[in-house]
Amino acid sequence: MVSRRHLWVALALTMGAAPAKAETIEVTIDKLVFSPAKIEAKVGDTIKWVNKDVFAHTATVDGGWEVMIPPKKAASLTVKKAVSVDYFCRFHPNMKGHLTVTSP
Amino acid sequence: MFIRSTAALAAVFLLSAAPLSQAADKPTDPQIAHIAYTAGVLDVEAAKQALKKSKNKEVVDFAKDMVRDHEAVNKQALDLVKKLKVTPEDNPTSKALTKAAAEERAKLAKFKGAAFDKAYVASEVAYHKQVNGALETLLIPSASNAELKSLLETGLKIFQGHEQHAEHVAGMLK
Ligand SMILES: [Cu+2]
Repeated sequence: MVSRRHLWVALALTMGAAPAKAETIEVTIDKLVFSPAKIEAKVGDTIKWVNKDVFAHTATVDGGWEVMIPPKKAASLTVKKAVSVDYFCRFHPNMKGHLTVTSP
Repeated sequence: MFIRSTAALAAVFLLSAAPLSQAADKPTDPQIAHIAYTAGVLDVEAAKQALKKSKNKEVVDFAKDMVRDHEAVNKQALDLVKKLKVTPEDNPTSKALTKAAAEERAKLAKFKGAAFDKAYVASEVAYHKQVNGALETLLIPSASNAELKSLLETGLKIFQGHEQHAEHVAGMLK
């Protein structure tokens, strides 16, 4: 009885905490393709680009930020405001992605 | 100048098509590997000339990207031919590409400063366009080994990316 009650309390705490928890959204780069090409995130989430290529790539927003993603490495960006932007690789502009960030 | 070099390269592929079509209608895998590898080496050589001659940051950065990417593709190509036990085979297309690139370098050597930067970047746009065409219409369809075909497809995406990158740099030099 007692343990069951504890379980409910624990569950309630976990559920209550869940919406505030920041997530990491992974984008894989393989053979010059961002996948998934379109991602959705909430303010405070982290986007992690995992580069499987032997080439360096970037995630660049024209007139905005740029993340360098070295070959066979990963790079991250924590999104701080709600926005909807196209991004591309500056070295290979034929690589394209889209990022939508919403308020939590 | 632009038109002339494009015409010269078009001639390259016409010339090379004849002896190859007599042999087997299309290049063999060892020949394809050689052509793709040569195309990369030639772009690295062009970039090294630009690194010596240019003072423009955009052009220097672009040339460094070319060296880095083409050396990376060619390292993959070497690893693959070793794994497949294929010996790249010299052929008329590789020879013609090499000859045309040497002529282009000699021509670019005469330019200085901003004139060199413009001529180099224009030449890079034209060169990547030509190689893209060859990859799409001849090399990829002719490749019989699946791994070689896949590497060529990645190479095509790299070359297409460089063509767009070169066009972007050309736009900034205007
Ligand atoms: Cu890239």
